This record gives sequence, structure tokens and C-alpha cells, in this order.
Amino acid sequence: MTNHWVDIKNANVIIVMGGNAAEAHPCGFKWVTEAKAHNKATFIVVDPRFTRSASVADLYAPLRTGTDIAFLGGVINYLLSSDKIQHDYVKAYTNAPFIVAAGYGFDDGLFSGYDAAGRKYDKASWAYEMGLDGYARVDETLQHPRCVLQLLKTHYSRYTPEMVSAICGTPKETFLKVCEAIATTSVPNRTLTFMYALGWTQHSVGSQMIRTAAMVQLLLGNMGMAGGGMNALRGHSNIQGLTDLGLLSDLLPGYLTMPREQETDYQGYIDKRALKPLRPGQMSYWQNYAKFHVSLMKAWFGDAATRENNWCYDWLPKLDKVYDVLQVFELMHQGKLNGYFCQGFNPLAAFPHKAKIGAALAKLKYLVVIDPLATETSCFWENYGDLNDVNPATIQTEVIRLPSTCFAEENGSLTNSGRWLQWHYKGAEPPGEAKPDADIIAGIFLKLRELYQKEGGVFPDPILNLTWNYRIPRSPSAQELAMEYNGRAIADLPDPKDPTKVLVQKGQQLDGFAQLRDDGTTACGCWIYSGAWTEKGNMMARRDNSDPSGLGNTLGWAFAWPANRRILYNRASCDPSGKPWDPKRRLIGWDGSKWSGVDVPDFKPDVPPGDAMDPFIMLPEGVGRLFALDKMAEGPFPEHYEPFETPIDTNLLHPKVISNPAARVFKGDLEAFGKGTAFPYAATTYRLTEHFHFWTKHTGLAAIMQPEQFVEISEELAREKGIKVGDKVKVSSPRGFIKAVAVVTRRIRPLQVGGKTVHHVGIPLHWGFTGVARRGYLANILTPFVGDANTQTPEFKSFLVNIEKIS
Amino acid sequence: MDVTRRQFFKMCAGGVGGSSAVALGFAPADALAEVRPFKLARSTETRNTCPYCSVSCGLIMHSLGDRAKNAESSIFHIEGDPDHPVNRGTLCPKGAGLVDFIHSPSRLKYPEYRAPGSREWKRISWDEAFTRVARLMKDDRDKNFVATNDAGATVNRWLTTGFLAASASSNESGYITHKTIRSTGLLAFDNQARV
Amino acid sequence: MALQSLDIIRRSATTTPSPGQRKTPEVAKLIDVTKCIGCKACQVACMEWNDTRDRIGTNHGVLDNPVDLTADSWTVMRFAEVVTERGLEWLIRKDGCMHCADPGCLKACPAPGAVVQYASGIVDFHEENCIGCGYCITGCPFNIPRLSPKDSKVYKCTLCSDRVVAGVEPACAKTCPTGAIVFGTKEDMLRHAEERIGELKERGFARAGLYDPKGVGGTHVMYVLHHADKPELYSGLPKDPAIGPAVELWKGAAKPLAALGLALVGAGAFFHYVTKGPNEVSGEIEKEFDDEK
Repeated sequence: MTNHWVDIKNANVIIVMGGNAAEAHPCGFKWVTEAKAHNKATFIVVDPRFTRSASVADLYAPLRTGTDIAFLGGVINYLLSSDKIQHDYVKAYTNAPFIVAAGYGFDDGLFSGYDAAGRKYDKASWAYEMGLDGYARVDETLQHPRCVLQLLKTHYSRYTPEMVSAICGTPKETFLKVCEAIATTSVPNRTLTFMYALGWTQHSVGSQMIRTAAMVQLLLGNMGMAGGGMNALRGHSNIQGLTDLGLLSDLLPGYLTMPREQETDYQGYIDKRALKPLRPGQMSYWQNYAKFHVSLMKAWFGDAATRENNWCYDWLPKLDKVYDVLQVFELMHQGKLNGYFCQGFNPLAAFPHKAKIGAALAKLKYLVVIDPLATETSCFWENYGDLNDVNPATIQTEVIRLPSTCFAEENGSLTNSGRWLQWHYKGAEPPGEAKPDADIIAGIFLKLRELYQKEGGVFPDPILNLTWNYRIPRSPSAQELAMEYNGRAIADLPDPKDPTKVLVQKGQQLDGFAQLRDDGTTACGCWIYSGAWTEKGNMMARRDNSDPSGLGNTLGWAFAWPANRRILYNRASCDPSGKPWDPKRRLIGWDGSKWSGVDVPDFKPDVPPGDAMDPFIMLPEGVGRLFALDKMAEGPFPEHYEPFETPIDTNLLHPKVISNPAARVFKGDLEAFGKGTAFPYAATTYRLTEHFHFWTKHTGLAAIMQPEQFVEISEELAREKGIKVGDKVKVSSPRGFIKAVAVVTRRIRPLQVGGKTVHHVGIPLHWGFTGVARRGYLANILTPFVGDANTQTPEFKSFLVNIEKIS
Repeated sequence: MDVTRRQFFKMCAGGVGGSSAVALGFAPADALAEVRPFKLARSTETRNTCPYCSVSCGLIMHSLGDRAKNAESSIFHIEGDPDHPVNRGTLCPKGAGLVDFIHSPSRLKYPEYRAPGSREWKRISWDEAFTRVARLMKDDRDKNFVATNDAGATVNRWLTTGFLAASASSNESGYITHKTIRSTGLLAFDNQARV
Repeated sequence: MALQSLDIIRRSATTTPSPGQRKTPEVAKLIDVTKCIGCKACQVACMEWNDTRDRIGTNHGVLDNPVDLTADSWTVMRFAEVVTERGLEWLIRKDGCMHCADPGCLKACPAPGAVVQYASGIVDFHEENCIGCGYCITGCPFNIPRLSPKDSKVYKCTLCSDRVVAGVEPACAKTCPTGAIVFGTKEDMLRHAEERIGELKERGFARAGLYDPKGVGGTHVMYVLHHADKPELYSGLPKDPAIGPAVELWKGAAKPLAALGLALVGAGAFFHYVTKGPNEVSGEIEKEFDDEK
């Protein structure tokens, strides 16, 4: 979230699209209710299903699954063609005036630079036109034919209300009502917020769906504003934290990035990431990259990391490609992996195409499962009839299952969607011999290091030199680890303003990332978390919930990254002259000598208004990007592409380019994609409010509330297929089948798409073959093995199935 | 008033029970009862955070005993932390039922081992488990570690083992997991960010 | 001071007067159906707090689960898909004891002290006095109490009398994520309802209103409804609930009759109860209810 949960109450219009906050995040959703009750907000839900969120909405718009870009592209077209944008904001704070390089183009579904054989783009032409001064060229009049605003207008002019309705199946009048409500927030004193979740990310064009909405927010001047922003409602309690800490193939903590194998030179690695400003006078915060990186290497490798060895640059593994989970399971399926660890993760249920995942796991030599619960993955080798039809005798995988503690049995912090790090405390001992995750990792690591010490082996250096100064080495405490990621001074740090003074003494905890150095005198395990545990103590455990402004910015509650800031880009809540766009939502302001207010300013605090420096300091151009340059795989402007399994077998905008041309598809998976003829119904998987993924089926209370697997279909489809309420049905895709109870409902309705009736089948995903709820089929038996072109998030939300009554 | 035969029967029966009981000496004083005692009166409170979704609601966990040496804590009730700025004491159905997660019959209690081709789990000790896991890792890493690529560049990567990290565990667990796993050169590393 | 007085103002099958000197506030739970998202947090919190666990059932082709109130499920969400002039509406109502000011269960109950009403307005079952006859079930105009097959006693929502007496709101009200359930003095809840109804009218729900039915003397669980003119849209919420004529007749005109004319029969019936025990009686009664359905 750019903003945070409580801030939703400040919105005037709230759109839940690509998510279902009332069901998946009920206690955060309360702030929607508050905005409605106390801010007279209009609440809109756009979803293929009339969800529990929709049940309390002022306006519900149905759309066909996977067509959100068409819908939002239509919104952009509406805003531009009816002149409902916040002009001053767009001109000053977005790249609308920037001139795009001459080679850029878009024609019949493809952007310039497409390589059909490689299913990828040469993105050289997706760039700004650069001036001789080394800065990007802009046209303040916004009239240049190649300025971003003009290209934007042209690109989305195809997304007429008629086209939107034809693609999405949304009635045109309903679509226009949504547009009108959105447009009311183009004035400075009204804001819109988007609340989305996996309903956007889990598409082959998921990242671009989110981008389209973010562009709407930039056009309306809603980024950086209280009650505005782009608000990703993350799934797991600490998925934000794990992402922040970089536990992904290509990331390091704090969104530092792993080196590629071509990056053989340390300085080249740093320079590429220390982005130079693209406009005169702009601050480009990533210029500090080296400070964050060197401090990380010092935290991990201590004295072994020196300037001479480029701070152990060679010790970091170099990527030849990104090893996202689809890639990894593809390799595993090919027999190219020997070992796999699942720490609190149930891939047999969580990744698409269960049959392929199960077959892949069976090719491993060893599987280690660390979990508080008996997951399906740990039992993948056990036969459960139709639910998991395997022969244990033929599965040669060695499985080691290690019991971990749950939340109630440990100290530590979790980072919520609003970027708050909140500390929690142990309340009881775990059952049996279960251990905290940190102890389990320590136990494995210490044994491994002991083996390398005793036996030697291949390249043991990073393992032998990893810092491990914990009081009880086999049980590092949460406090020690939190202090390590916060960072400390390795030597006395002189005050940059007065070198005779010491700012931080050797050994002391740092106050924040502004104190980090690139000379090896600071160590910090995650720069954006710096400030979480300072010399003053544990900032994450703070519990002052006072809210002096009434805007919900409780700065004394826990710690929010970065720097305890609650609303990102908040400099953009003021106009270029420093006045708040809306005095009622004053987050920060210029007090004559610095920026201050009810939030921590997201800006260089002593740069006065009127300076050339623009608000988006994490971007080298300083302004929000309507044109994404080369940052996205499938184009600088989002374009509607159909799901890989589409019920209409065409793309109404460009029939020659149906689905995402830049998405990676593995050999064999393409053949397993369903066609509308054999599998005529659009299917989507989702969560129910009563359950959490594959986890709560292990808890009695949740099992009582929603005991048995079901699927949801419309009354019309039920009639067509002779299915009655409560009948048992079989739902199949080219990859397998599930059996479930039919819930026949008016909340799902057939949509008219390009002259064709499209039916949806809704598939909740909570059941499996372990737990206390009634046993059921893992829903991913049905789902396709393809992901978003940028993130490789699987396309769980749009695929094709058939459904029949079981007689 | 339209009274059916059946209702009349019920009326009589109801009347009979009440009147006769009083008549036979069921004095009201004997029937006095109190409200069920408040079950949290002397429980120990611990603050925590809900482990399910990313709203991260504040929790108050109530456990048996007062942390005296001879009392073993057991959490018997959980409700929302009313001071928490986001959830303000509320919990959703999943959070409200957390006590059944803590005490789920599916909780794992001991390290277990399943041999290749076997149909069953075998309980093992932590030392056996750590030793076996470290041995499997080292053998695989030593055999398959890639120090340089075809172009001769140093890459120091280990691609034949992968790791999925838990997104419901704490930042501290995540941090030490990242640090440890990267030190081995592993790249097939992911978490629930995608699913 | 706790909001609730433990003063008992009425007790089933009891003729002696209750203490009436003290005046303590009446409490109420207000369920704003227009804010409810049907998440069932109230169902879980109720079960968790009261240490009951219903059986793990099956899916009946609807989202409702458990599908009905039981001796373990003292509240359930009832989901109704209704098409109104506004299009499809999903009306989700939390069902459970209404804590009537004039409680039919208490009036019908023949077991002294098995049903009591506190000065706060809470109607509570004291199961140790319950004989399992099931008359309270007949007496309830909302079809709420449920007989337990396990111990042949009747259970229902207590409005968390054990929490309220300690100064804490009921478990369902505390947990409700959207604030659809609020709790306070009846006076405050009436004011709160009025504000909500005003807001709903502004949003175009011209018939929004409060459900606090007079037929049972008003209730201590009230609803804000978008369509207050049609409560039956909400999974059959009765439009004009009243205590059954049989119960009224017994408590009113028939009372002297019972005292005089039915004394002998009464003794017989009681004799039957003490010799055969409550199970058989309750079994018969249950069968009657089944027949009625």
C-alpha cells in the first residue's frame, strides 16, 4: 500500500477491483465502512462475481474475468476525452510532458521492437528523447505529438465505452456510471482509492492491470494524497515483510537487486543501479545504492567484506535467469533439481497444475518441509484416492518434516500491508518439540558449516564467514536479528556537517538509513528497515495510538518503513508552491525552513517549494510514470490481452495478438491450454471469508463455518446443465478435475461478450486432503501453468473449465 | 384469539408444569442462579499479531496460569486488541478462531522422516534431522555448484536445490533465512509474494 | 461500574415478585444489516467465547453454515439473494436471540428459574434449572432456542451476560469487523440507529428503518434494515412478531384456571416428569416440532 489501512477512511470514492476486501481483509475493510458512514464516500465494486464486498457497495459493475485493462483503459479514455484530469498535478508531477523517442510505436497489438521467436521485446525504443544536456526532453505545453500525454490519448482512444462493454461484458451504462464516480475525484479536494489484491496480480497481464489503475490515479492527482494511492492488500501477514527482506530469486533486502552473470564488474553493478537524475536539480534517491549494498555485505560477512574484495561481490551468486517458482518447478519436472525446502509453504496446493507439481516433487532426491501443520506438500507421496492418486512405493524422494512454532509461540515482528512493522510476543510454549523457524535455520546452518569446517568442500568461504555473533548460536533471538537488520555503526561515524563531532559511536544502533555509509563503517541487514530498533529501543513495539490530525496517521504506533513514513509520495499532496492541494488533508507543509506535518515528509526536508526537485524521488525523473519506459515486459502502456485460456478465442482489439505476447510459456504447457470449444466456461479461483488459503481447514472453527468444497455458478448455467442447488458436480480442465457441491446463485450472471454469452464458474480454493474440514480436491488441479510476464505470478484468476452434474 | 387444539394442549401442558412446580414447593429462592463467571478474570494477557492476512490485526491472547514456574501456559482464548489503530478490537472469522489453529490436531510435534519408497513417517531427533539435512545439502552443493559459467565469469551459484520461504513467519525469521540461504549460493529462492 | 445489573426482574414459572428498587440501564445490541458483510466473525467469536463447537457439517448448496441454529450455534448468518427495485441485493442477517422485553420463552417456561430476565433486559437461560421440555421453543416468536441432544437442555444466545456483567461488550459485537454490530445502552443504540437510518435515507433507501418490534414489547437486539417495510425479505424475519396465543392465554386469562382447575393434572404431569425424566418429554415435544415443520 502506498497509504495504509486507516487512511482508507479519508477517501471520497473507493474502488475494490481485483480483490474482495470484505472477504479477504474484513478488518481492514472496516475503513471502507467508516468512509461511507463518516466521509459520505461512494463505494464501487468491479468483479466477475457479486461478492460480499459488493453486498455493501453503492455500485456494482460485473466484468468478465481477465479484462480489467480493457475496463481501466476505458476509464483513462473517459477521463482524457471528457477532460476530467487534475491538470496542474498531471503537468507538474507526471511524465505527461516528457517526449518519447522517435522509434517508439504501437501497431495492431504489438509495440515496437517485438521478437516473435523469443516472445520478447527489444525495448530500446521505449525511452525518452534525451537532450544534449543529458536530461530527458519535455514539452511543458503538452502539445508535442510524441509527448507522453498525446501518446496516451492516442493509445486509449480505442477503448471506447462500446469496446469496453464488448470485451468486459459490463453493461455500458454501468461502466459509464463508474467513470462518472471516478471523475469526481479529479478535483484537488476529492480523492479516490483503489484496493486490489490477487484478483489483479494473478493474471498473465496482472502487473499491467495494476499499472493501468496507477495511471488513473496519477491523472486524477490522487497519488501521495490522504485517502488516495494504490493500495495492494497483501495476502499473508508477512508477505510484505518477506518481500521487503528480498526473499526472492532476484532480490536482496530492501529492494536491492541480485547481480546478473553479465555484471562481472562490481562498480558496473553499482553504477547501473545508482540512477542518475533525468531532470536538472532532481534528487534520485537510488544514487545512495552503494551505501545500502555495502552495509548489507558488512552485516552478512563482517570483517570478511572489504573494499579490496569489493565487499564480497563474488560471493553473491549471479543470475543467468530469474528462478521464480514456475521456472523452478519446470526445472524440477525436468529432473534438474535434487533438493527443495518448503518453509511454511504448501506448493502442492499453491502452485498451478497440481499434477505437474506432484510429479516434479517426486523427482526430487530430498524434500525438507518446515511447518507448524501437516501440509499436503509434506504428504505428497501419500495416496488419497482421487484426491492424490500416487503410489508411495514408486516415489523415491526422501522427506524430512520439521515442526515449527506458530505466531503465538514466538517473539518478532510482522510487516502489514501498510508497511507497519509490529512487534508481537510469545504467549505459550509450542507443542511437543516444535522450534522457532530461526532455530531450525540455525540448526541446519551450523551443521552445514561444521561439515565444511571438517571436510572442506566447494567454495566454503561465504558459509564459513557468514556473521553469526548470536549469544546462543543455535537459537538467535528475535531481538538480535532485528537489531542486525536495523544496522549499527562499525566505527565512529563523523557528522557530515561537522567532522569534528561524532554522529554515532562505534557499536551503536543507527537511527535510520540516512546514516548508512559506503565505506564499510556501517552494517545494516535491510536498509529500509533501518530505524526499527535504534539506540532508543524497539520502535516496532511502540503503542501510542494517538492521532492528533484525525487523518489516522498514528506516528507513535509501531514503525513504518521507510523512516516511519505513513503515506508514500506525500510531497505530492502539496502543489509545487508547497500548499496542500486540499487543506483538509494536510499531511505535510513547508514551515519556512523545512517540510513537516502529521507525516514524515517523503522529500529532502530542507528543499523549499519552487525548487526544481519533484516529489517522486525514487525515480530519476522525479515524476510519476504514465509511460513506463522499459520497465515492463509487454509495453510502456498497458494493453488488453486475453487470458491464455479465453472463452472467446480472440481479442476484439487485435485478433492477431490474442494473449500477452511477452509472457513466458514452457514447452508442453502451451498444448495443455484449454480452448473454448471443449472447455467453454470462464473459471476463476478465490478465497472465502471463512478460510485462509489451505491453512484454516486445519482449524475446527473455520471448518465448521465452511466445511465442504463447493463451486458457484449462475442460475442460467445451472438450468442449461441441469444442475440444481446442492448437486454434486465435476469441474474439469485439460489438467484434471475436481468434484464439489454446486452453489447456484444470482450473484454470478452470464455476460454478453462480443455477441457471445460467457458463463463463469467460481472455484473457492480452500480444501485439500489434510486437515479437519471435509476432504476435498486441491483447486489448482485445474489451473494453467503460466504467469504474468513481469512477475511470473500464475494466472489463477482466468482459465477455462467444463462443468457437469454427477449423476 | 384463534386457538387451535394443538396450541391449547401446549398451553395446558405449559401451564401445568409451571403451576404445579410452584404448588409443590419449588420456591424461587431454590432456583436462583448466577451468571456464568467471567472466564478471563485472572488469565495472563499477551499481545500478538494475527498471522493470517496483511491487515495484521492486534491480538490479545489469554493463557492459563500467571506465568508462575509450576504453571504451564496454554492459550485458551484470543480476542482483538482494542487499542490497535487498525482493527480496534475486531477480528474476522479466521482471526476470531485462532485458538483452534494453535491447538489444531494437525500441529506437528516432532521431526519426522520418510525414507524413499516408504509408506510411513518415522519419528527422529532434531540432531538426526539437522545432520541428515546438512549432509544432503552439502553433497548436492559440492557436486553441482557452478563456480564459473561458460564464458568464464565467476557466478558462484547452486541451482540444484531450491528454497521456498514462509510469508507468515516473522521478519526476523525471514532475515536469517535469507542471509543463510544466500550464503550457500542458492538462487531458486521464493516466497508467497506470487500466490 | 458494570453496565449490567445482575438484578433479576423476571423469572420463569415464578410468582413471587422480583426486587424492583434499583434502576439500572437497559442494554441493547444493534445489528446494522446494511453494514454487514456476512463474514461470520460473530458466529466464530460466539462459539469461541462460549466454548461450544458445532459439528463439521456439509455444504447444502448455499453459503450458510451451520445451516441453522443449534445448541452449539447460538447465532448464524442467513443469506438471502433478493431482487428489488435496486437490482440484486444480498441481504445478510445475523440471526439469534432478540432478548425481547416481553419474552415468550420465559412466559412459556414451566421450570422455575430456567429463564430469567435481568434489569438490563438480557434474557438468559440457566440450564441447570432447565427440564428440557422445549416449551420455550414453542413460546419464542423468532424460533431461536434449541434443545441439545447431548444433555436435553435448551441453549441460546446469552447476550454474553458473563461479559456484560464484567463490563465488556458481547463477543459478537466486539469482533464485528465492519461495526455492523454495536452494543451499548438501549437509549444510545436507538440514537445510533436513528443516525444510521438518516444516512441510509440520504443514500436512497427511503424505507430504511429500525426493527424493534412492539409485539414483544421491543427487543434488546435490534436491526437497522434497508427495507424496514419488508422484514420478511431478510430470511423471514417476522413482520409483527408476537407471543403465541397459547402462551399469552396461559399467562393471562388462563392463569387462574391453571391454578385452580388444572392442579390435579399438573400434579400428574409433574409426577410424570420426576419418574420418567425430562428426556422422554423433550423427545415427544421435539417430535411435535418436527411434525409442525
